[in-house]
Amino acid sequence: MIEFSDQIFVLLKHWLVSFLPVAWQQPVGVILCAATIVCLYPALFAVAVWLERKGLGRMQNRLGPNRVGPFGLLQPIADGIKSLTKEDIVPLSADAAVHFLAPVLLVVTVFMGFAVLPMGRNMVLVDMDAGLLFYFAMGTSSELAVFMAGWSSRNKYSLLGAMRAVAQMISYEVPLLMSSVTVVMITGSLSLTKIVEAQNHFSYGLPHWYIFTPWGFAGFVMYAISTTAETNRSPFDLPEGESELVAGYHTEYSGFKFALFFLGEYVAMFSISGLGTTLFLGGWSAPFAFLTWVPSWIWFFSKLMLSIFVFIWMRGTLPRLRQDQLMNFAWKFVLPMCLVNLMVAAVWRFMGEGWQRWAVCSAILLLTYVGMGLGEMRKKHIGPRSYRYAE
Amino acid sequence: MLGEGILKGMAETARNFFGSYFSSKRMTTVEYPEQRIAPFEAARVFPFLVYDGADWEAGLRCVSCQICEKECPPKCIFIEKSKDKKPDALGRPQFYPTRFDIDISVCMSCQICVEVCPFEAIKMDTEFELSTDDRFGGLLLDRRELAKSNEYYHTIHSSEAAAVDARLDEEKSKAEAKAKSLAEAKAHIIAAAHAGEGA
Amino acid sequence: MSFVFYVLTALTVAGGLAAMLLKNTVHCALALTVAFAGLALLFLNLDAQFAGFVQILVYIGAVAILVVFAILLTKGSETPKDGVFSKTWFAGLAIAAAVFAVLGWAILQTAPMLPNSAPTPSVTVLQIGHALIDRYVLPLEIVAVLLTAALIGAVIVAMHDNPEHEKEESE
Repeated sequence: MIEFSDQIFVLLKHWLVSFLPVAWQQPVGVILCAATIVCLYPALFAVAVWLERKGLGRMQNRLGPNRVGPFGLLQPIADGIKSLTKEDIVPLSADAAVHFLAPVLLVVTVFMGFAVLPMGRNMVLVDMDAGLLFYFAMGTSSELAVFMAGWSSRNKYSLLGAMRAVAQMISYEVPLLMSSVTVVMITGSLSLTKIVEAQNHFSYGLPHWYIFTPWGFAGFVMYAISTTAETNRSPFDLPEGESELVAGYHTEYSGFKFALFFLGEYVAMFSISGLGTTLFLGGWSAPFAFLTWVPSWIWFFSKLMLSIFVFIWMRGTLPRLRQDQLMNFAWKFVLPMCLVNLMVAAVWRFMGEGWQRWAVCSAILLLTYVGMGLGEMRKKHIGPRSYRYAE
Repeated sequence: MLGEGILKGMAETARNFFGSYFSSKRMTTVEYPEQRIAPFEAARVFPFLVYDGADWEAGLRCVSCQICEKECPPKCIFIEKSKDKKPDALGRPQFYPTRFDIDISVCMSCQICVEVCPFEAIKMDTEFELSTDDRFGGLLLDRRELAKSNEYYHTIHSSEAAAVDARLDEEKSKAEAKAKSLAEAKAHIIAAAHAGEGA
Repeated sequence: MSFVFYVLTALTVAGGLAAMLLKNTVHCALALTVAFAGLALLFLNLDAQFAGFVQILVYIGAVAILVVFAILLTKGSETPKDGVFSKTWFAGLAIAAAVFAVLGWAILQTAPMLPNSAPTPSVTVLQIGHALIDRYVLPLEIVAVLLTAALIGAVIVAMHDNPEHEKEESE
C-alpha cells in the first residue's frame, strides 16, 4: 500500500502506455511525462501567484486579494484571462523576430531544466549521468533570452535593465555552480538521482541531508542567495523594479508575452528550488525515519513549496539592493565564502568520520564568515557630502 | 554580526504574518463597504443647512445674509434672496433664501462658510458617499437637499450641536428677558399716564 | 551518417552562414549562438555528454553573452552604411578556401581510421577529471594563470579612468 501510493504515478504511466505496441511505448511514455510536467508547473505557478499575493499582504498587515473567489482563489485565473485578452503591442521600431523569440526561448530553457529533477522515487524524466551539468547549461541559456528581450525592445530603459539583469545573473552563476560542486565532490557523481540516494539514509532517526553538515549549511545559504539573484527575486530585483526602470527588460511586452515572462520567472524559481532541495534538502527523502511511509513525491513538493514560501518571505522583508551593492556582495563576499566552502568540503571528505571533522569544518566556516563580515562588509564611513559641478 | 539584521527583519515579518490572523493590531484592513470605521466627531465633508422643528422651509435658520457666498474661496455657493420676510425662531421677520445651491464638485471643505455664519445656519456634514453618474447637475445640491434637521446635526456633531443649542437658547432667553422688561416698563408708563389723567 | 546528423549539420551550417550574411550585427551574434547550439547537439549525438553540456554552458551561457555585450558597448549595433561586403573580398575568399582545403585534407586523411558507428561512451566525467589532474595538470594551471591575467588586465583597463579623476578632485 505504501509502495503503491509512492509509485502511483509511475504505475499509472506504465498502465497507460501498455495499451500501445511495444515500439511506441518508450517515446509515448516520455511524451506523457513531459506533458505532465508542462501542465503541472503552470498550475503550481497559479498557486504560487495566489500564495505570494496573500502571503505578502499578510506580512504587510493587509489582506491580499479576497474579492474574486473565496479567499481570492480565482485571482490567478482572473490574471490569466486578463493577460490573454490584452492587446499584444509590439513597438514599431522593435526587432520583431527577436522580440517574439525572447519569451519563447526563456520558457523553453526554463522548462528543460525539469527534465533532470527527481520528483519522487523513480520519477525522473531523463536519468542522465551529467544531470547537474545539463541543468546549469539550460540555466545559462535563459540569460540570453533576457538580453534578447531587452535589446529587441529598442528602449533605453529596457536595454539598461537587460544589461543589469545579465550582469547580475552571470555574477551569481559562479557561487551557484560552486556551491553545487561541493555536493558533487562529496557524492562523487553529477547524477541527481545518485545525489538524492546518497542523502536518503538515516542515523538515530535523523536524515543525512547535506544541509545538516557545516559545509552543506554554508553551501545551502550561498545557494539560496545565488538563486534569489538568478531568478531576479527581491532583494535582487533591480532589473525589474517598478520604481527604478519602469519594468526593466519586459517593459515593452504586453498581454500574453508578458504572462510568459512572468511564468518563466516563477517556473525558474520552482526549478531552481527543486534543484536546491535535491542537492541540499534530500530531494524526495523523508525528514525522519518514522515518516518514510509518506509518499516521496509529497516530500519533494512540500519542500518545494517551503522554498517558495521562503522566497516570498524574503521579498516581504528585505529592501531592494542597489546594483553596485549587489555586485560587491557577489564578488567580494559570496565568492570567497564559496571557495572556502569548497576547501572545507574537501577537508570534511578526507578527515574521516567523527566529531573532529564537525568541529574543524564549523570552526573554519564560522571564522571566515565573521572575519569577512567584519572586513569586507563593514558599513562604509559616510563623510561630509562633496559636490562636483559641471565645468 | 553580518546577517543579524536580516534575521530580525524576517522574525518581524513572520510575526506580522501569523499575528495578522489573531490580532487587529497586525491586520489593520477595514473591508469597505461591508465594514466601516466609526466616523469621528470633527470629520467634515460638505456643508448643509440646519433647520429647527419639523418643517424644513419654515424652520430654516438661514436669513440669506450672503456672507458665506462672499467669503467662499472657490465661490461654490449661489444664493437668491427672497422679496418677502417670514418670522424666524425668535419671532422676528427675516429674509429667507429662495435659492441656495452649493456645487460640491467645487467645494473644497475649508469650512470658512461655517466660521463666518452669524446665525449658526450652515454646518459641515459628514456624508461622503455622494458619487453620481449625472455629471451636469448631480453634484449641484439645492436647498431642499441641503436642509437637514437640528436632530441630525446632533447625531453627527453632538458636542458642537449642544454648544450651538446652548448659545441659541441663551440668546433667546436674553431676548425674552429684554422683551419682558420692555413690556413691564411700557405697562408702568401706561399705568402712570392713566393715574395722571384720573387725578 | 544518420538523418539526425544531417539535420544537426544543416542547423550548424545555417547558423554559421547566417552569422556571416545577416546585416544586423546582433542578429549575427544570435545566429552564431544557434551554430554553437548545433555544435553542442552534435556532441550529444556522439554521446559525449560532458562536452555537449559544457559547450552549452560555456559557449552559449558565457561566450555568446560576451559577444553580444561587446557588440552593444561598442558601436557595432548600428547597421553599417556602406554595406556588409568589404572591398578585399577576393583575398578573404582565397584564405577561407585555403583553410577549408587544409582542414578537409586533415579530416579525410584520418577518416579511414575511425569506425563508422558512434563509439560507446567510454569517457565519463570521472575520467576527464582524473586526466585533468594526472596527465594534463600543467596545461590546466597554465590556462588558469592565463585566464587570471586576462581578468586582471580587463579590470585594469576598465579601472584606468578612476585614479586620474581622483587626482583631479584632490587638487
